[in-house]
Amino acid sequence: MASNWPILSLLIWLPILGGLAVIAVGDNRAQLARLLALVVSAATFVLSIMLFTGFDTSTAAMQFTEFKPWIETFSVNYSLGVDGFSVPLILLTSFFGVLVVIAGWESIQVKVNQYMASFLIMEGLMIGVFSALDALLFYAFFEAMLIPMFLVIGMWGGPRRVYATIKFFLYTFLGSVFMLIGLIYLYTQSGSWSILEWHQFPLELSVQKWLFLGFLAAFSVKIPMWPVHTWLPDAHVEAPTGGSVVLAAIMLKIGGYGFIRFSLPITPDASAALDWLIISLSLIAVVYIGFVALVQQDMKKLIAYSSISHMGFVTLGMFIAFGVFQNTESGRGAALGVEGAMVQMISHGFVSGALFLCVGVLYDRLHSRMIADYGGVANTMPWFAALAVLFFMANAGLPGTSGFVGEFMVILAAFQANFWYAFLAAVSLILGAAYSLWLVKRVIFGEVANNQVAQLEDINAREALVLGTLAVAVLLVGLWPEPLVNLMHVSVDQLLQHIQQPKFSAAGI
Amino acid sequence: MNTTNMLLATPELWVLTMACVILIVDLFLSKERRGIIHGLAMITLIFAAIITLRGNFIGDSASAELAFNGSFIRDSMGDVLKLFSFLVMGLVYVYAKFCLREFRMFRADFYTLSLFALLGVMLLISANSLVMVYLGLELVSLSSYALVAYDRDSRLGSEAAMKYFVLGSMASGMLLYGMSMIYGATGTLDLYQVSDAIQSMDSNDPLLIFGLVFLVVGLAFKLGVVPFHMWIPDVYQGAPVATTLFIASVPKMAAFAMAFRLLQTGMGELHTDWSQMLSILAVLSIALGNMAAIAQTNIKRMLAYSTISHMGFVLLGLLPGTASGYGAGMFYIIVYSLMSAAGFGMVILLSARGVEAEKLDDFKGLNQRNSWYAAVMAMVMFSMAGVPVFVGFFAKWLVIKSAIDAGLMWLAIVAVLFSVVGAFYYLRVVKLMYFDEPVTESRIDAPVDFRAAISLNGIMMLGLGIFSSSLIAVCMASFGG
Repeated sequence: MASNWPILSLLIWLPILGGLAVIAVGDNRAQLARLLALVVSAATFVLSIMLFTGFDTSTAAMQFTEFKPWIETFSVNYSLGVDGFSVPLILLTSFFGVLVVIAGWESIQVKVNQYMASFLIMEGLMIGVFSALDALLFYAFFEAMLIPMFLVIGMWGGPRRVYATIKFFLYTFLGSVFMLIGLIYLYTQSGSWSILEWHQFPLELSVQKWLFLGFLAAFSVKIPMWPVHTWLPDAHVEAPTGGSVVLAAIMLKIGGYGFIRFSLPITPDASAALDWLIISLSLIAVVYIGFVALVQQDMKKLIAYSSISHMGFVTLGMFIAFGVFQNTESGRGAALGVEGAMVQMISHGFVSGALFLCVGVLYDRLHSRMIADYGGVANTMPWFAALAVLFFMANAGLPGTSGFVGEFMVILAAFQANFWYAFLAAVSLILGAAYSLWLVKRVIFGEVANNQVAQLEDINAREALVLGTLAVAVLLVGLWPEPLVNLMHVSVDQLLQHIQQPKFSAAGI
Repeated sequence: MNTTNMLLATPELWVLTMACVILIVDLFLSKERRGIIHGLAMITLIFAAIITLRGNFIGDSASAELAFNGSFIRDSMGDVLKLFSFLVMGLVYVYAKFCLREFRMFRADFYTLSLFALLGVMLLISANSLVMVYLGLELVSLSSYALVAYDRDSRLGSEAAMKYFVLGSMASGMLLYGMSMIYGATGTLDLYQVSDAIQSMDSNDPLLIFGLVFLVVGLAFKLGVVPFHMWIPDVYQGAPVATTLFIASVPKMAAFAMAFRLLQTGMGELHTDWSQMLSILAVLSIALGNMAAIAQTNIKRMLAYSTISHMGFVLLGLLPGTASGYGAGMFYIIVYSLMSAAGFGMVILLSARGVEAEKLDDFKGLNQRNSWYAAVMAMVMFSMAGVPVFVGFFAKWLVIKSAIDAGLMWLAIVAVLFSVVGAFYYLRVVKLMYFDEPVTESRIDAPVDFRAAISLNGIMMLGLGIFSSSLIAVCMASFGG
């Protein structure tokens, strides 16, 4: 109906300007701020649905493109577009945009307008990251996004919030400045900031390796990979529920998206040459961090470590492609790996977001995140327990839930690359089940542990709405992943074809 | 070429006239009516800007024009820098008026002295001979010394002024000594002719090299880069905040122009020599400035060290000796002046009757006291830290780009690493404002012009960032890049 709207610009700027409007509402009219934020985020979600329905899944070309010169002197452009990789992530972002507003409805009571505005602005910036086709524009969104998150953790976070938020900011900032140098270098070589042109730009292998490491510095911190993951448990634990949700559900995905948009296509040969590095780091994350998660006393920390472990699957799925190419003729397994990684990102978005919301529900009541403070919650909160068990099962990769699909695809693909990769990845399924189910056993099942738990009230309509929606999403992706896979299928094929072409031979070396 | 065209210097003549007029008008004003002085000063700036802009339409803005036997030059870089000097000076006056009134120091001397300093800035920007450089520099410096000691009863202020004077004179002496050597080696004071003369002589002439070294020392002192930075923290802290505001903003633009004129116009042939010196100065400044700032508890000292690191970044733009590098340096210095003005403007805003808000803790809980001013300060801090899309990011981006263009990858890496270190202390200010509880609940009050100016200045951080295109284009075009 409205095919000629600048829909991506609307998706970016509507929440940002809406956020500014929410700030303008002022401190003392909290209810108005909440309502306005809800309207803006809902409108953004509707827009993203329009993006989804208007998206043509038969082509890998960028769609809904917009192009305006930004800094003409250095050929920087305001250039937007989406393909099969960005659309699902944009949908995820705008979906959670609505949820975090609802989730913060009652639990946030101070500076409500600033809280809501931070999330709206962050949402716009994250959608910008997923749709930018100009590297400087991407970088601007990528960095600017840190500011609202910095404020969210620092203002509404837990007791060690200042430490956590400064660590979060500096860690990410440090990673991304190396990428900035890489981006500037690419510009000086190619004379353009267009990411798509860089995909075709020939580079020597040694140069590619440096660039790859630059990208790795930025994205490995963001996703995060072992050993640069240490900011994440701190940030997650201290952040307010909404902050944890956005951090886990979307921000981590930006790291994975960066690998797909930058590392793989711009430096394919370096990715092939250094895939052992990523694969080993991923496997360490999957296995070692799985063990770390097992011993956590704090629910949020456990989920944070579980996130790192799950993100290991994402990086593994992306980088086993090269091993698969070597071992098999068809390379079909490579597509399975990348698609699995993408599905895993979406699924982990739903699941981890839901888990943090579950912890938030408990925390709002008892003001504790410690596992030891709970026990037998199912007796007093049956509805909550049912949903929470579903999400923890999804976290453990139970078939039928979304968590299963991505992990299964990645493991299948890993078999085609190397048996031991698949073996180690599969081991982590056991670990995942162990820490998830053990948590369920200690918190939800069993006898009522103490008086406080005995007095818990079950979730109210608002919480039921949030968790219920997520439960539907988790089951939907788990039972019927085809629409999601279809969305990205063509883009994945094109990416895989692209990364098989060596770039440096074209450089005449 | 008509080299006696005095009309080119109309803005300078206008400022000079008005400074004298203000000096005289003040004699006939009663204490209550001193507001007129402020009005006159603002009119001076507005008309100076109009005259400069008109000059642009009359003359050919692309090519440079000379006056006074070639010792005065009017070119695009000069015009742009002058226009921004007027703009920043206007902000300084608005901020300073409020502050001087609060501290009961609202006298015309501040205006006359700073207008003479502004005249020096303009001459320095347009200087095309060694003598003119020295004249402009001394005019700025002598006025600044007096401005630092503006609060007669302050011991810190007098000490700072004394220190500034002694060190500043020594630096001027160094510069003069270097100039005399260059005059000895080339036989001319005109920068164009100096450049011609160097081309035809042995570039390893010790006299020339020594002259260059002394010039760089003098320049480094005026810019305030390590290891010639010692005066900056003390002067910034000791001077009344209105003076600090001025010293930290407008004269830096002149120092950039001076560096360009002397090093590129005059000594361009010796680029390999001076760019090595500058790269050492740049690395040291960026490193020491950013690290020392972390240890500060006084916001004026913190901003002083932050200035030192910013000047290191400006050198990063100067040292490749390319058009895009100079353009980047110029963009950086303009952006820096605006950021610095806003930063000190906020310090003034928080100063309650007669007590300067110079402790970092004075910023505690600002968000709860007034969320708009907290947002302004946050924008300034994020901009200084170089976080996109604030304008400070684009400044850093351009200088780092010019360093990478010139193949100085290691410098670029050092610069970005220390900008991460720097981000810490800027974030700390944000932390104090947003995450901490206020120590005082007193209302933040300021006259309407002050509020408008600081709001505008804060919005510039974002606005110039998102719409940085035209300013970047102007800066690059000034050097034909």
